[in-house]
Amino acid sequence: MIKKVLKNTPKLKSGLAQMLKGGVIMDVTNAKQAKIAEQAGAVAVMALERVPSDIRAQGGVARMSDPKMIKEIMKTVSIPVMAKVRIGHFVEAQILEALGVDYIDESEVLTPADEQYHVDKSKFKVPFVCGCRNLGEALRRINEGAAMIRTKGEAGTGNVVEAVRHVRAVKDEIAFLKGAGKELIAEKAKEMRVPIALVEYVSKNQKLPVVNFAAGGLATPADAAMMMQMGCDGVFVGSGIFKSSDPLKRAKAIVEAVLHFNDANVLARVSEGLGEPMKSLEISKLTDLYAKRGN
Amino acid sequence: MRNAETKTQKSKLKAQNHSSKVKAVGRKVKIGVLDIQGSVEEHAMMLEECGAEVVFVKTVRDLENIRGLIIPGGESTHISMMLKRGGLFDTIKKKIKSGMAVYGTCAGAILLAKKILGDNGSIGVKSFNVIDAEIERNAYGRQTDSFEVDVEIPVLGEKVGYKGNVTRKKVRDFPAIFIRAPKIKSVGKNVEILAKYKNEIVMAEGKFGNAQKNNILISTFHPELTNDIRVHEYFIKMAA
Repeated sequence: MIKKVLKNTPKLKSGLAQMLKGGVIMDVTNAKQAKIAEQAGAVAVMALERVPSDIRAQGGVARMSDPKMIKEIMKTVSIPVMAKVRIGHFVEAQILEALGVDYIDESEVLTPADEQYHVDKSKFKVPFVCGCRNLGEALRRINEGAAMIRTKGEAGTGNVVEAVRHVRAVKDEIAFLKGAGKELIAEKAKEMRVPIALVEYVSKNQKLPVVNFAAGGLATPADAAMMMQMGCDGVFVGSGIFKSSDPLKRAKAIVEAVLHFNDANVLARVSEGLGEPMKSLEISKLTDLYAKRGN
Repeated sequence: MRNAETKTQKSKLKAQNHSSKVKAVGRKVKIGVLDIQGSVEEHAMMLEECGAEVVFVKTVRDLENIRGLIIPGGESTHISMMLKRGGLFDTIKKKIKSGMAVYGTCAGAILLAKKILGDNGSIGVKSFNVIDAEIERNAYGRQTDSFEVDVEIPVLGEKVGYKGNVTRKKVRDFPAIFIRAPKIKSVGKNVEILAKYKNEIVMAEGKFGNAQKNNILISTFHPELTNDIRVHEYFIKMAA
């Protein structure tokens, strides 16, 4: 008897994200950094040519990375490899799918390619992660096929304030829907431009239907543990690791902080003597807010 | 995102909704779920649904008094590393040796196997070496090669027949979910093969240490991502 084999189902796509829970996903720009990330205990790496703080400093259009560099990283590590495409750039996504990356991040850190539409992610075999600032953005991305959500935060700043704002917004909006009646659910669905069923799910289960990580501006073990205590499933650390003075030590410390996020004694120990964090920025002094891209 | 409630509270709520099932399996057997990374909550919910008492195992202290331990799916490199860093590794090995039951899914199965292949030249994953099996990491390929398929697991059926001629009643297939899954390349002669897919071993059990019966269970798929609690029920019986 031939058994029916299903591939690339929503369950398999969000299932991989479930396997990453409680872990740290680190931005890396070459095979050497990818190796360090793996050694430090990263559960996945994000392969990109320039980390957000460099993109911010250098300006210009930020695009998908060179496939050669992504392939080298895929060859080097055994953990999943993610890579970024510009918002709405479905051809960059086709290219990454052809390369065989494990996850695509449709990311506001790169310069958006389409100001009206995101990629129709349900058409792809490879799963997508997308950023959000609030529940509406999260549900719209999920409705487009995203299998994992992260907060946008404000990448490349080393400033956690925006990630905190976004986690709180999502949490509060979910709590607001608790016990909501049919009318309120319909109203919210209309307001957020998503199907009623999605809002119903959130109202009933009091959580998103997919895994939700924190991202954007995390620089220290304390930042990472704070996001975990606020209910996130795991964290992305971008510039925070390889723009600090001692990447391996800081990476290990952040991994341990995410594991023992509720144990202040462990957090105190791993926070000790990490050297200089990345060069950080105040949000009010920024001219370009990445989080505003793509809603 | 996790709810504001703690994992345990959440699982408890879920268990209450399914209280009718509590009697089905052994009463309140204490089972631990290794709470380092991966599908921890998913396993906990399944166990609670089976009527077991769940202990989240983060430190050596959490290992006291548990009858069985589940090592969930996740990233085996990471889990292995954190096991070593926290001193959990030696204590768990000692407990298995003295007969504690342990079930590894996917990454968990890798961590229990005698030999690990296909490390991509990576940092070594240190396994517990408690089941005579050779297992290859990411052996089906990358994420787009992940798949779902129904597999036959005869052992989930009830035993029928008389002494010396016991067979198992045909049962409905189990919905197996393989995500960047490993392959069990071979097993020793004392290891019992419980399920195969395309001639590939996907579930097996064995005995280690002072256990009276089989106490090691491995599967390369993720029953914790389904709504089917039969594999968890099977493990709880093994541990009880």
